[in-house]
Amino acid sequence: MPNLKDAIIEVVSAEMPVDERLMIKKHRIIGTDKTIGKRICIVTGIHGDELEGQFVCYEVSRRIHENAGALKGIVDIYPAMNPIGIDSVTRGIPAFDLDMNRIFPGNSDGDMNEYVASEIIKDCRGADLCIDIHASNIFLTEVPQIRINELHKESLIPLAKQANMDFIWIHGNNTVLKSTFAYSLNSIQVPTLVVEMGVGMRITKEYGIQLADGIFSLMNYLEMWTDSNMNKKTPIISYDQDGTDVIYLNAPVSGVYVKERDHGSIVHRGDKIGNIIDPLGGKILFEVTAPDDGWLFTSREYPIVDAGSLVGRILKKEVYEK
Amino acid sequence: MTEEILFQIKALYRDDFRIRGYRFGNGEDSVCIMGSMRGNEYQQIYACALMIDKLKRLEEKGRISKNRSVLVIPCANPYSVNTKKRFWTVDNTDINRMFPGYSLGETTQRIAGGIFDEIKKYKYGVQFASFYMPGYFVPHIRMMKTGRENIELAKQFGLPYVVLHHPRPFDTATLNYNWQIWNTDAFSIYTTSTGNIDKKSAEQACDAILNFMSKQEIISFRSYEGYISRVVESKDFITIRAEKAGFFESCVSAGGKVTKDNLLAVIKDPYTLRVHQEIYSPQSGIVAFVHNETLAYQNTAVIKLIEDEDML
Ligand SMILES: [Zn+2]
Repeated sequence: MPNLKDAIIEVVSAEMPVDERLMIKKHRIIGTDKTIGKRICIVTGIHGDELEGQFVCYEVSRRIHENAGALKGIVDIYPAMNPIGIDSVTRGIPAFDLDMNRIFPGNSDGDMNEYVASEIIKDCRGADLCIDIHASNIFLTEVPQIRINELHKESLIPLAKQANMDFIWIHGNNTVLKSTFAYSLNSIQVPTLVVEMGVGMRITKEYGIQLADGIFSLMNYLEMWTDSNMNKKTPIISYDQDGTDVIYLNAPVSGVYVKERDHGSIVHRGDKIGNIIDPLGGKILFEVTAPDDGWLFTSREYPIVDAGSLVGRILKKEVYEK
Repeated sequence: MTEEILFQIKALYRDDFRIRGYRFGNGEDSVCIMGSMRGNEYQQIYACALMIDKLKRLEEKGRISKNRSVLVIPCANPYSVNTKKRFWTVDNTDINRMFPGYSLGETTQRIAGGIFDEIKKYKYGVQFASFYMPGYFVPHIRMMKTGRENIELAKQFGLPYVVLHHPRPFDTATLNYNWQIWNTDAFSIYTTSTGNIDKKSAEQACDAILNFMSKQEIISFRSYEGYISRVVESKDFITIRAEKAGFFESCVSAGGKVTKDNLLAVIKDPYTLRVHQEIYSPQSGIVAFVHNETLAYQNTAVIKLIEDEDML
């Protein structure tokens, strides 16, 4: 059995006020064949309440060790970009009430968080591919998908097609997104795919396996992994720069949402998707129905809704039939 | 004075979410004053309450000009104040990152949209704002450099400083930025505090707004002369950071004058009280910002200075 080189490396650390260091660590696996100088970064946990990527990190590492001879180049696995968030069931950075995905590319002279962000970018610089795994949030469940900013679509779509995902959603540019991890890396020519799948605070094992398959397919595409038998789905692609491919279902009233249809369902105009109920009055406040035929790729998981809360997203039928 | 509900959401179990406005005078929509949008902005609510009291008395004396009206919104987020959460109670989003809003969107987009529909038509917009870092500030007017900012107007508040700052990506979704884009002359006014009430600086901010309104002939009021504002760019602030994390003890207060080598603050080891860092002033100037929490994290900007070579 050929030997892999394995190391746990501290990417960046900072001192916390009382007897603790904040540490971001990665697992570096170096393949036996050094002729290919490529590197892939698998990143997750920027949002501390999104845990789907935890299983993926483990699974990728497990499969590499099972088939060590197949790896060429370097795999860097970063399972916890926001470790104190993960530890404290917090989406953002605890104590700062800050969304870590709004502080990139960071600043080496900035505060602790900006410094950490800048060191992370430094560490990923030069990689041939980065996969940033998210898990929607605690409110919504998503089918496995890749989201792509229209600015980076040329370089990313060919890669995204290799990733064994159900859906690729190319969306319009938005100034606010400039401070995301993916945007920062894509701007320095590190192709970065943002995966959204499953739901916050949970692990959906089948999705983890699907994405792990996709990561090996991508590594194979980059000639970093030799294996003839790859799982690779053909994804539905939405070129949605103008934002017209998707119907957003927002709750018109506050209440408790009880879903009737799961994410991933094909729905027809008029189909009931869920009810917003009033447990106090024992009534249905609103029936959520499909305004048009399509694919329910997002559905609400967390039952409490305010007026405006998203309860689902439908990709229009004409888009995936094309 | 008339009191009205500007925006409302019916809730499941809580009392309805309401944004209340206080209107003075009649006719042209001249000035809108916005208070707290985050749950920790008590000073911003307090300053609006003071403003409501002053405007009420001016109105009773017939001092609000003909065909001029002023709207004060003390709080755009009572739910978060009442639950002591900084951001939106369900999804932790920030209303002041949702402008111009969207009436069919997510809850905080609807709130921002509902407010903005009411207030985008005003000629002047003044927001009692708070900084993203916990600390005390020298009172100032802050404007974003959108290309539409009117610095001469900002000076008419008569506060010691007008601070200009380049919008960062997330600033484009703030009220101030969108007011400017929709042709309102927008000013953010920073008083000293946020989570605790500083009566003196709230009073100073209200006087500054009255000054401004009197110069625009919206009210007739014997205005204070105020300061001749100095215009500074936020990037020119001298930032002093904690080299190590620990207990932070400040020796100066916001607005204080310092000369080179004055002791500004000390950072101590929480277990031994050994001094990690003594922070001395690198320059003469005014203390623009002081961190106000016991804990300082590594590299936190604990003090910001505005340089002033002429300080004696
Ligand atoms: Zn996320």
